[in-house]
Amino acid sequence: MYTFSNRLKIGSIILMALGLLGLGVGFVSAPSTVEEAKAMVAAQDDGHGGGHGEEAAQTATADEAHHDDAHDEHVLHQLQNRPWSALYVAAFFFFMIALGVLAFYAVQRASQAGWSPLLFRVMEGITAYLVPGGIIVFVILVLSVLHMNHMFPWMDAEVVAHDELLQNKSGYLNPTFFLIRAAIFLGGWIFYREYSRKLSLAQDSADDNSNFVKNFRWSAGFLVFYLISESIMSWDWIMSVDPHWFSTLFGWYVFASMFVSGITVIAMVAIYLKSKGHLPDVNDNHIHDLAKFMFAFSIFWTYLWFGQFMLIWYANIPEEVTYFVTRIEDFKLAYFGMLALNFVFPLLLLMNSDYKRINWFVIMTGIVILCGHYLDVFNMIMPATVGDQWSIGIPEIGGVLFFAGLFIYWVFRALTKAPLQPTRNPYIEESRQFHY
Amino acid sequence: MASKVIHAYYNDDDILMQAVKKVKAAKHHIEEVYCPFPVHGLDKAMGLAPTRIAITSFMYGCLGLIVSIVMMNYMMIQDWPQDIGGKPSFSYIENMPAFVPVMFEMTVFFAAHLMVITFYLRSRLWPFKKAENPNPRTTDDLFVMEIEVHGNEADLQSLLASTGAIEIKSIEKE
Repeated sequence: MYTFSNRLKIGSIILMALGLLGLGVGFVSAPSTVEEAKAMVAAQDDGHGGGHGEEAAQTATADEAHHDDAHDEHVLHQLQNRPWSALYVAAFFFFMIALGVLAFYAVQRASQAGWSPLLFRVMEGITAYLVPGGIIVFVILVLSVLHMNHMFPWMDAEVVAHDELLQNKSGYLNPTFFLIRAAIFLGGWIFYREYSRKLSLAQDSADDNSNFVKNFRWSAGFLVFYLISESIMSWDWIMSVDPHWFSTLFGWYVFASMFVSGITVIAMVAIYLKSKGHLPDVNDNHIHDLAKFMFAFSIFWTYLWFGQFMLIWYANIPEEVTYFVTRIEDFKLAYFGMLALNFVFPLLLLMNSDYKRINWFVIMTGIVILCGHYLDVFNMIMPATVGDQWSIGIPEIGGVLFFAGLFIYWVFRALTKAPLQPTRNPYIEESRQFHY
Repeated sequence: MASKVIHAYYNDDDILMQAVKKVKAAKHHIEEVYCPFPVHGLDKAMGLAPTRIAITSFMYGCLGLIVSIVMMNYMMIQDWPQDIGGKPSFSYIENMPAFVPVMFEMTVFFAAHLMVITFYLRSRLWPFKKAENPNPRTTDDLFVMEIEVHGNEADLQSLLASTGAIEIKSIEKE
């Protein structure tokens, strides 16, 4: 049995405390009036050399003065959104890791893979985070519906009243149905996780394979549910922050991101546990396979990223390209930096077969991949909610630290609850003998 | 120059693997093993050096990428610029997204084809080449291990017999 070491526990609690502090500072320092927001932007502009000043000088007519007021209010909303977006991006990122691991776990179950059963308990430990992570994301969504922030413009009845596109979408995109969908999806994912975990533990003390067979059937069924619900979830929770924009492969794109982050975390947790003397039967061959998945899905992610980008870039339809125009104009470094972290680094670092077996090398590449995919979620949310007022400062880092701490705390606490190696899985011997 | 070799025939890949390990442990030099299909781990058991074909593949891929960039730059930017979909081809970098599929395909094309050609050259295979395998049944269901005879032939024969060979032949090779 694994015991949660005190050092790790204290470390995760410190992370949570620091993160909470950072988030608190973010919320307290957000402006509450238009004047405060103006002052903040002006203070920033002093530092940047005042590009806005020239623009302001050119606006003289009354019509444009009215437009300026609207602009000031818009900036106020963006600045108010910043701590909320920082919270939401980090909450979703760590929730997405657990959900990606759940999908990977279900694939292993449904395909009856022989190499991976030794890692099932690690995966089940990580998916335990679905419960707190999912509840937190759901609470943030409820608070958004209650107009605590302006992340989802379509939730504002005033905005919808002046927007014909949103009126047409309101049959689907309305707060009640939105929350119902979120509850169904979260309920389905958490149910599968808990039920599969129960069957997995029952299999160890059973004297036949009925639990294993049942788990196989539920996993196959879950994958169907997951592929549909994950896609809709990505439209609801992410794409709808830009309610005018749509992309048909967005669900796949988010899936690729969560899958590769999830596999990376499985590899990192497995290597960590191995370094502490647990998981004696997990060897370099298993790490090699996980690293192959990290490599392959990094390329898959890039393929989808480029597929989405190139078609919209080439077709050049105004309502579609705005999405990339904001990202390339206001988020240049974050947007293309993400491409380096998510594609170039994993491609070059993990290409060599031998490097996939060097554990610390997999950990280092894993850190790069996780940073890259945090930035990916950041780039999906921030341009719509915060716009050009973005930065990576105290609220963003605080959000990451808080959820990283919570994630570590919850995952390693779940790992202590059962032996780290399944005993009666029919494929356990194959997994033990697995060699590349 | 004539040399003497022994051909040991096996009819199962697991028995062959065990035999290879035994013969290696007895410090005999295994010249070659002829198999109807690739046997996993045989190269390591025989002590063959790791293949370097992956490195050549990487270099061919880089070559393909460069060729595609030069080719698209010449065709689409310099030689005959066209205005496609309101995107005039005056700058390579501004039109780069449109060329990425070509860059990708050429990288794969070069890596794959040149790697196969390298493999053929390195293995001295070409069309109409006379087969080198000692028995046509090694393309069907037999495994043949070829061992050079240096010392005591009878010892080697008995060692091979103990590894489960179904047939042992002594052959003069020219």
